[in-house]
Amino acid sequence: MSATFVGMPAFPKAAREALSDTQLRRNLAHATGTIRAKRAAVVGEVDDWEELRLAGAAIKDNVLRHLDEHLLRLEKSLTDRGATVHWARDAAEACEIVASIARQHAVDEVVKVKSMATQEIGLNEALAAQGITAWETDLAELIVQLGDDLPSHILVPAIHRNRAEIREIFRSRMAAAGRPAPDDLSDRPAELAGAARLHLREKFLRARMAVSGANFAVAESGTLVVVESEGNGRMCLTLPEVLVSVVGIEKIVPTWSDLDVFLQLLPRSSTGERMNPYTSTWSGSTEGQEAHVVLLDNGRTRALADEVGRQALRCIRCSACLNVCPVYERTGGHAYGSVYPGPIGAILNPLLRGTGVDEQTDSLPYASSLCGACFDACPVRIDIPEVLVHLRAKVVDAHRSSPKAEAVAMKSASWVLADARRLNWAERGMGLAGRVLNRVGRKVMPGGRRALGRLPWPGSLWSNARDVPAPPVESFRSWWRREGRR
Amino acid sequence: MKVAVQVTCINDTMFPDTGKAVFTLLRRLGVEADFPAAQTCCAQPMVNTGYLDEAVPVVRNFVDAFAGYDAIVTPSGSCAGSARHQHSIVARRSGDARLREAVARTSPKVYELTEFLVDVLGVTDVGAYFPHRVTYHPTCHSLRMLGVGDRPLRLLREVRGLDLVELPAATECCGFGGTFAVKNAETSTAMGADKARHVLEAGAEVLVAGDNSCLLHIGGLLSRQRTGVRVMHLAEVLAGTEDAA
Ligand code: SF4
Repeated sequence: MSATFVGMPAFPKAAREALSDTQLRRNLAHATGTIRAKRAAVVGEVDDWEELRLAGAAIKDNVLRHLDEHLLRLEKSLTDRGATVHWARDAAEACEIVASIARQHAVDEVVKVKSMATQEIGLNEALAAQGITAWETDLAELIVQLGDDLPSHILVPAIHRNRAEIREIFRSRMAAAGRPAPDDLSDRPAELAGAARLHLREKFLRARMAVSGANFAVAESGTLVVVESEGNGRMCLTLPEVLVSVVGIEKIVPTWSDLDVFLQLLPRSSTGERMNPYTSTWSGSTEGQEAHVVLLDNGRTRALADEVGRQALRCIRCSACLNVCPVYERTGGHAYGSVYPGPIGAILNPLLRGTGVDEQTDSLPYASSLCGACFDACPVRIDIPEVLVHLRAKVVDAHRSSPKAEAVAMKSASWVLADARRLNWAERGMGLAGRVLNRVGRKVMPGGRRALGRLPWPGSLWSNARDVPAPPVESFRSWWRREGRR
Repeated sequence: MKVAVQVTCINDTMFPDTGKAVFTLLRRLGVEADFPAAQTCCAQPMVNTGYLDEAVPVVRNFVDAFAGYDAIVTPSGSCAGSARHQHSIVARRSGDARLREAVARTSPKVYELTEFLVDVLGVTDVGAYFPHRVTYHPTCHSLRMLGVGDRPLRLLREVRGLDLVELPAATECCGFGGTFAVKNAETSTAMGADKARHVLEAGAEVLVAGDNSCLLHIGGLLSRQRTGVRVMHLAEVLAGTEDAA
């Protein structure tokens, strides 16, 4: 019972399929529209929002600049307080650490509180391969897991599903995973939540081991912080005997007063709430519980080495950029082929995995119109458009030894545009074409210009859906020469 | 003040009327602007597609063509944004110190048309006449990269005869995005189709914006769907007068 992003097609193809899914389009437009409005309203209430954003960015930048020192400090505070710290270079190492802890305690099932890091490393699949079942306890994660589906949003992984679909998933799949859904389950949110609560309660009470992520890790006190809105996190964190937290190494904030800034930025940016319902903090191990912390790299030091791209590691996974992104709104999260979709996914995935490695990853920096809405929304001021363009350059550079048609086109455009005389010659050619086309072009566009018909490839990429005006018979340049400088 | 107009490559080759309108308008306001004939393009098509090496000679041509002017006015939020925010990246990559200096000198002098009219010339009533029902689309780069704010609307509100109607979801991207329009053609079209629908909802005869590239995209959709709605560059609206009409 688990799907995987491995082998997803490149963005344009995946997007094409999503675009024709009318239910998905409706679910997404509705959900992102609602949360967008909510976020705008609560952000508008804060007078010093811009200062908060700047503070958040500065704290994270400082952490990233001295990441080694902060990590050692975190490790020490955690160890002092009785937690066992593990370091994982990549996904395989991290999964093996968690699995071996499970084996030591002879558990064959674990409960999980939503954690992007464990999804990033494919923990559930790795555990399943060793006969250990991982149960998601976040409502949306549960929906995704039961539906043998993939998450499509950072915060609301089942955003692409509506109530009717959720009811269907619960009715047909819950029984196989534990307590079945009631026979008369309707699609009322309260009933759906009630069914999930009963289903999950059984698992919370039974589980001896839990796996969590962390939104923040406070270095000075060795405190991990989980911010959530359902209370399932608190159940996972407190009930089991063994708690393993998988934490990306960029999650550090140095002190509690730094944490304060993010606890203001995060809820407003993510769920559009002034404050989130549950904030759990724990420092090391508590009585009767064994605590492990896996500090995960998995590409983060690669991203850190990228001067322009490293700002992506400031990300606090609030999902504000997804909710305002016009591309995400239409294609949904699956098209990005990763647990990190939307604008942040379009930069984070290539930064973590590297450019020039596979076609799917290389397609992501181009999955944006560069409209800039993500930058405006980002609570830690990640200049996503800037990083996108930077990564596009890296993708192009990675393929310079085997130039595509596009590279040839760009080279010739560059040659023409580097010198006005060359451009002038090119325009004469267009003017000639314009004279012919203006005579033979049959369609007249509103305003009176003739339109070109459907063009052969690659022009068809444009003209399949959009008319193109015929070129003018005279360029501006040649008009200016003739009579402009009166 | 020595003023140059950067007509932009798209306007030069596809929309010469926009360039003409800018000159008509500036002359009417008493500004004798030049068209430095050595100009070509701001290099944005290369930069935004990731071809930074290919952008270098184009940026070099840009700074050479506009050297010696106090203000460079362009009827494109996108090209102004490119000059102000991307040329330095290209120059840094080139490793050419002379180019870096030239860019540092030139970039801050680039103004998007409405910035120049409102901030430098200090006018909002440019004496224009345009008796049509118009809606205005703030293009992403003028809105977010440059932050031109309500300057275009202030100019439009002073136009005689013009009936300005609000565009629903105005600040949403139209989906053009340069090479995005062909690399992700379906997604681009889906975004543009929503924009076109909003234009129809607004009940406008004419959609006005400050970037012909976005208008090429939205206008292409409006025309394909035979909506009868025309697109027009803001400069052309502002250049119109009662005498000319
Ligand atoms: S990039 Fe910014 S807006 Fe997007 S999820 Fe991260 S913190 Fe939030």
